[in-house]
Amino acid sequence: MTTPLHLDVRRRAGGGETETELSLDVPSDLQYVGPAVELIVGRLPPGPLSPRRIRFNFRTALAEALANAIAYGNHHDPARVVRVLVQVRHDVVRLHVTDEGDGFDPDGVPDPTLPDRVDLEDGRGLFVLRRLVDHVAFNEKGNSVCLTLRAG
Amino acid sequence: MSFTLRKDKHGVVVVGVDGQLIVGNRQELKQKVLDALESGGRKFVVDFAKTGYIDSSGLGVLVSLSKKIREQGGDLRLCGLNEDLQTLFELTKLDTLFAITKTSEEALAAF
Repeated sequence: MTTPLHLDVRRRAGGGETETELSLDVPSDLQYVGPAVELIVGRLPPGPLSPRRIRFNFRTALAEALANAIAYGNHHDPARVVRVLVQVRHDVVRLHVTDEGDGFDPDGVPDPTLPDRVDLEDGRGLFVLRRLVDHVAFNEKGNSVCLTLRAG
Repeated sequence: MSFTLRKDKHGVVVVGVDGQLIVGNRQELKQKVLDALESGGRKFVVDFAKTGYIDSSGLGVLVSLSKKIREQGGDLRLCGLNEDLQTLFELTKLDTLFAITKTSEEALAAF
């Protein structure tokens, strides 16, 4: 697969704190989810997150957010991209995933563990996301999510 | 990332998941297992001993495959989940849908 993925890495210093920002535009095609996750994980500065949290929580959360943005946000539209911004500080990692869609109401998603939903194929993405990271926040429109993983 | 399928001496199809089971490759797994089901396989074990992470699409494909296999009178069992993956199944209550064992040997012996 020829990859159009180009990661931009910037370091900012100020107030005695260094922050690294990784940014990446991902085409609205689900085949790029895995490669995008590995590209970002490969350049993640060491420090705040344990290898285990990077291997599981960070990877899975990023894959979930990307897949949701591509499928439900951008509706697989090749003219649209998903923007990923990862901010890494000594005490926290913030993952911003933004699509070009019309947004959605995260509170309107039913609980996938209810007895009548547990054996359905879809509908677990947001539920899983909320349990993998320390905080999930959507913008008002519902087309951008910020995932916070505190150091540890 | 890749999937390997082998049959044990009792005809149980053992599926190995190397790397990840996510939205980008779930269709490949689904097709391989459905092909084996079409070819007469009825007992399946998915071994996650070499798996780093599974997203909700990966969980979904397991639910879907399990249903299709059960419809044909078969069964799909899971093994080799590390602590994080085991927690993922428990959080989503999918541990109530699947028979899960620690090792592939235990899963095979349980058939």
